[in-house]
Amino acid sequence: MQKTYNNKAWLLVIPVFILVALSAIIPIMTVVNYSVQDTFGGNKFFWVGTEWFTDVLRSDRFHNALGRNLLFSFIILSIEIPLGIWIALSMPKKGIWVPVCLIMMALPLLIPWNVVGTIWQIFGRADIGLLGHTLSLLGIDYNYTNNIFDAWVTIIIMDVWHWTSLVVLLCYAGLVSIPEAYYQAARIDGASKWSIFRFIQLPKMRGVLIIAFLLRFMDSFMIYTEPFVLTGGGPGNSTTFLSIDLVKQAIGQFDLGPAAAMSLIYQLIVLLICYVFFTVMSHVGTDKPVEEKVE
Amino acid sequence: MAQITLDKLAHSYLNNPMTDSDFALKEIDYVWDDGGAYALLGPSGCGKTTLLNIISGLLVPSKGKILFDDRDVTNFQPEYRNIAQVFQFPVIYDTMTVRQNLEFPLKNRNVPQDEISKRVEEMIDVLDLGDKANRKARGLTADEKQKISLGRGLVRYDVNAILFDEPLTVIDPHMKWQLRTKLKDLHRQFNHTMIYVTHDQTEAMTFADKVVVMYEGEVVQIGTPEELYDEPKHTFVGYFIGSPGMNIIPVDVVGNQAKIGIHSLDLKGDYANLTGKVELGIRPEFVSLNKTESGIPVQITGVDDIGRFKIVHARIDSFEINIVLNEGESIPSNPNVTLETSRINIYQNDHLVRPIVNGRGL
Repeated sequence: MQKTYNNKAWLLVIPVFILVALSAIIPIMTVVNYSVQDTFGGNKFFWVGTEWFTDVLRSDRFHNALGRNLLFSFIILSIEIPLGIWIALSMPKKGIWVPVCLIMMALPLLIPWNVVGTIWQIFGRADIGLLGHTLSLLGIDYNYTNNIFDAWVTIIIMDVWHWTSLVVLLCYAGLVSIPEAYYQAARIDGASKWSIFRFIQLPKMRGVLIIAFLLRFMDSFMIYTEPFVLTGGGPGNSTTFLSIDLVKQAIGQFDLGPAAAMSLIYQLIVLLICYVFFTVMSHVGTDKPVEEKVE
Repeated sequence: MAQITLDKLAHSYLNNPMTDSDFALKEIDYVWDDGGAYALLGPSGCGKTTLLNIISGLLVPSKGKILFDDRDVTNFQPEYRNIAQVFQFPVIYDTMTVRQNLEFPLKNRNVPQDEISKRVEEMIDVLDLGDKANRKARGLTADEKQKISLGRGLVRYDVNAILFDEPLTVIDPHMKWQLRTKLKDLHRQFNHTMIYVTHDQTEAMTFADKVVVMYEGEVVQIGTPEELYDEPKHTFVGYFIGSPGMNIIPVDVVGNQAKIGIHSLDLKGDYANLTGKVELGIRPEFVSLNKTESGIPVQITGVDDIGRFKIVHARIDSFEINIVLNEGESIPSNPNVTLETSRINIYQNDHLVRPIVNGRGL
């Protein structure tokens, strides 16, 4: 087929370019600008080239925070995705319980991040918090402010409580869109429950799972407010994630150069991992003929 | 393979059906012969899918029994009935290859691997899917997918019946014909009992030995395509089958004479006294336009030229009548029609009545 080219189309795209420039390109370029300069106050800047980038990439502080982020996202994804799928599978498909379940599921999503942090901060306190007090009555030594393990467990449970619903709702939407005939055909073919999940439900949820996966990865990788409110990055630096460290550097220490370099690296990492995830996940099951065995 | 007996079967989606109209499927008593090809024909919402789902076991009927040979399977789940079903939209397992799709029902039934390979190879051959056997089923066309759904039923040699729920709905017109022919071939080859639900009369008539016409939850006629065409037992059958459908005109019947308004017609025999709604039915093919002044005068309201013949829409007084006119015949300026006497059927309250011969109804 012959394609026609018409350069007038560019005119129609200009408004979008302007919007994107104002909302994304210009702010990012100011960050880029900071990342290659140093300042000693008085608004005097000196060109330092890639010095900040090498500094950041070589610093243990960055490595440790990045490690914590990766571990946190890994734990979050490996809990929330399976749990979300499982809850979505157990939810009713019709009847009056559907709206009840959906509203219950949507509730945590409506609560602002810092409120969630505050709720759990109080909830987990050993003196007045329901959870903390109950645990200490049971003889469990639980204290998220000075025990690293307890701090991590609390943040993870908090995030699971806050965000699993998102995975549930997305998966549920994927599940209800499967026509009844698929289940009927599977019954007639004598498929087991596991086969139905493996060969019908999971493939049909692929699209929404990619979205859930990416959203949960990005959100958990960029987590800031909840650990900031709950632990402030402590005990020690044990819950200091990249975002918390970034804010400390940029606003706490006012090291604009390193902070700018770090935020650019941070952004590139998020982009890169998302790209890899997306490419891999959207190719699962669609590949060309392969002699792969299905058991 | 099995003979399927419907024993006083009826179904309602309501918990406490009271009146006749509460039933989506009114009482039916019928035996489907082993190895027969049947079509369930009727408009949307006539209960044909309900009946099919009862046979497949997806629905448990509110009344009556269903038997496969002599076994009562009324309360059996679909997986225990050993039937196959092809749905309106092709159901395939996306992530599997064509071959794996066909192997799936056998693997679930723990058939030995060498037996699976043998049957699947044969089925791939029968369905002409050889070059696509190792492709993922996801990328295939709708008709190929539908072949796979069918194949998943056929690989199980011993299925009691294969049920089709409007299987050609999403198939391109030129592929419909091919797939229909394939179905017919497969029926001859494997001799399975096949039940085919459709609202398309051409599909029903070409596929089936016997057509079951349903209307508002009721089976109105079961017969060969010829029977349905020549002697519809219900005005709905006459109207639904044939294109255009049968002309249905209110008449008064006295003895062997029918009166349309002031015009009298000869009938093929004497009729008893008919009460209620009495109508005459005649196929447009058996109504002819006369060049002479004889016959019943009509006003022509329109003509559809559909190539091989023309359909003339006309009126006798206020009653509409369609006439089929062969190609090349012209429409006279003072049109009169003749109705072929032997082809006139008489209906009382929508049901066919036959003339009395020797004082007995035939």
